[in-house]
Amino acid sequence: MNNQVGLELRGVQIFLEDRLLISISDIVAPGDILTVMGPSGSGKSTLLSYIGGFLHSAFKANGQVILKGADISQKPAEQRKVGILFQDPLLFPHMSVGENLLFALPPDIKGRLKRHDAAHEALEEAGMGEMFDHDPATLSGGQKARVALMRVLLAKPQALLLDEPFSKLDTGRRDGIRKFVFSEAKRWNLPVLLITHDIADAEAAGGKVFNL
Amino acid sequence: MLRLAAPFAIAILVGPLIFGLAATMAPAFGFFPPLGGNYFSLEPFQRLFERPGLIQSVSLSLTSALITPLVALSSVALFVAGWSGTPIFQKLQHFISPLLSVPHAAAAFGLAFLIAPSGWILRIISPELTGLERPPDLLIIHDALGITMMIGLIVKEIPFLLLVTLAALPQVDAQRNLQVVRGLGYGRLAGFSFALWPRIYAQIRLAVYAVIAYASGVVDVAIILGPNSPAPLSPRLLGWMNDPDVLMRFEASAGAVLQLGVTILALLIWWVGEKSLGTFRKYLCRNGHRYSKDQLLCQFSLVWICLSAGVVFLGLIILAIWSVAGFWSFPDAIPDLFTAKNWIRSLPGLSQPFINSLLIGAAATILAISISLACLENEVRNLRTNYPRALLIIYLPLLIPQTGFVFGLQIFFLWIDLDTTMLALVLVHLIFVFPYVFLSLSAPWRAWDMRYRSIAHGIGASDNRVFWKIRFPMMIRAILIAMAVGFAISIGQYLPTVLIGAGRQPTITTEAVALASGGDRRIIGVYAFLQMSLPFAGFALATLLPAILFRNRIDMKAA
Repeated sequence: MNNQVGLELRGVQIFLEDRLLISISDIVAPGDILTVMGPSGSGKSTLLSYIGGFLHSAFKANGQVILKGADISQKPAEQRKVGILFQDPLLFPHMSVGENLLFALPPDIKGRLKRHDAAHEALEEAGMGEMFDHDPATLSGGQKARVALMRVLLAKPQALLLDEPFSKLDTGRRDGIRKFVFSEAKRWNLPVLLITHDIADAEAAGGKVFNL
Repeated sequence: MLRLAAPFAIAILVGPLIFGLAATMAPAFGFFPPLGGNYFSLEPFQRLFERPGLIQSVSLSLTSALITPLVALSSVALFVAGWSGTPIFQKLQHFISPLLSVPHAAAAFGLAFLIAPSGWILRIISPELTGLERPPDLLIIHDALGITMMIGLIVKEIPFLLLVTLAALPQVDAQRNLQVVRGLGYGRLAGFSFALWPRIYAQIRLAVYAVIAYASGVVDVAIILGPNSPAPLSPRLLGWMNDPDVLMRFEASAGAVLQLGVTILALLIWWVGEKSLGTFRKYLCRNGHRYSKDQLLCQFSLVWICLSAGVVFLGLIILAIWSVAGFWSFPDAIPDLFTAKNWIRSLPGLSQPFINSLLIGAAATILAISISLACLENEVRNLRTNYPRALLIIYLPLLIPQTGFVFGLQIFFLWIDLDTTMLALVLVHLIFVFPYVFLSLSAPWRAWDMRYRSIAHGIGASDNRVFWKIRFPMMIRAILIAMAVGFAISIGQYLPTVLIGAGRQPTITTEAVALASGGDRRIIGVYAFLQMSLPFAGFALATLLPAILFRNRIDMKAA
């Protein structure tokens, strides 16, 4: 595989007070999913913080994160083009659904109408075309999850980090959302790092599994 | 730029303290060349100790410094222990919290109008219950022991201590802990004191010390309610400081040093008491008694808290009534007629102080909130956790009696030719406004879910964009409340305003307190009512604005 594409973790090690929490080296190709599994407290989320660029100063880390051939480990979080989804959708509560999406849309899409259309199109994709002006607080759990995903994708990330994004959904809805997220990631050809403690997530992802 | 925020904040707090203390110390020991003191000497202290009644003044200040926090803190502790988690507690808490915004002076005037021999209470119950046709000849206001003054302080410190205690409760997981110890058979009060109080007290200790420092050196409440012959130390010092004879400044400065000593002594005595009570509690903890018969004390604590809050509320009502009262003879319960004449008569003199109050309050508040936001945002951007020592620095101006260093500040401003300017007033208000703004903003600010930031960064938003588009609007309620707190603090400032403004920049507060000696209840009613309305308007705005801005956003409603 050509290592000029995808997400590569090259000798990444994370320490807390000299105790080694995580040591990982792996490559995730575009469209692939790497699942990282481990019990709570094993530092799964710490790995995401490191890749995303918001590791707390109490941790020490070395190793490189290579995205599309470029080392991003020293870049500030907002320049890494790494989208992230948490177990809570975390839609910004002071904005409407549409404003949440517009916030994510890069500035190079200019013109009020054009931006509105792009955001609207993403909502349609999620099957929620009529909800542009809704208050995020009025959406169902599954709808919030889908908006959260569309918000990340609209920012045109080059990799996607998923921090147990399905764990808080009803069991009935979980499968549908999971399929939606994975298929969108595939469609956008993104390398995905999935963190979970649910074996069903790992099976649905179908990629490599790394156990902490 | 942001990195400089914290050092700047510390400079704003600690700088004036150091200059103020130094410029108090030097003249106290006879040295201040601008006023002709070229040598160090003990003469100012010698003259100070020759003052008649100095011992009484000192002991009044010391008693007030100890009794006020003791009664206020016990009331709050008993109330929280006996009632936290109950529906009645929830209701009362919403009822009492707004009292925090009432300035000390307005509350003191209200109390005076309520309990004076010709006050509202006696008017209401006379002559039916008392047989009185004219006010009894009793010295209730300005009583020689300072009891009324201490009551005035206690009823105002109870809401403050209650609020800081409420903020500490969730952090000790009060409700579940209390269930556990009550499950072991302990009464509410005992279970609370044994299991929770030590941890709560550790968190509110600095606030209690601030009450001690405040009560030891209070000026405005002492002028309105305190004894006159002699007065407690700080109001006497103010008189000397304002004496036309500039040489009196040396003696006043020596007095300010004495005031510092009184406050330190009060803090030391409190600290010893705190340790002894802790030891006693440990002893009680070990003997296994459950102390479960505490219902009577619980009931009493509820009545007591309601009484203390009720006094402030009734006081505010009576202020409003007096401000529109026409002829009102004793012992009628309400005036014969209501009139706008008092307001119209006061209006010409009112406008300048009113504008000054608004300007100084707004400027100090905006500065304080900007510096606070910069400090807090810097914490985030440099991924720093907060450090407990910083809290002590923030509390520092609140732990030193105002007379102790504002005297020096006045001399200092005089020296650099800034005295009596609005700039100097804003700066000196900032010293007292900033700590409250920072303290009330920092807790909700730090409780914000940082994953919002991660998400926003993940979709390419810069630090500035995250701040202005996400965090600031999400925090708007907390920001406005912190600003309202700061504005209320500024409005309430008496001593710094009267000293640094030297009468040339009157505010509603300095004018109201100046009216105290005149005793015209109608005009006092107008000024005190206005003094209380300004902070109230601030809080009303802080509540309404987010509710209107985000009326269509369910999750932006107050928790």
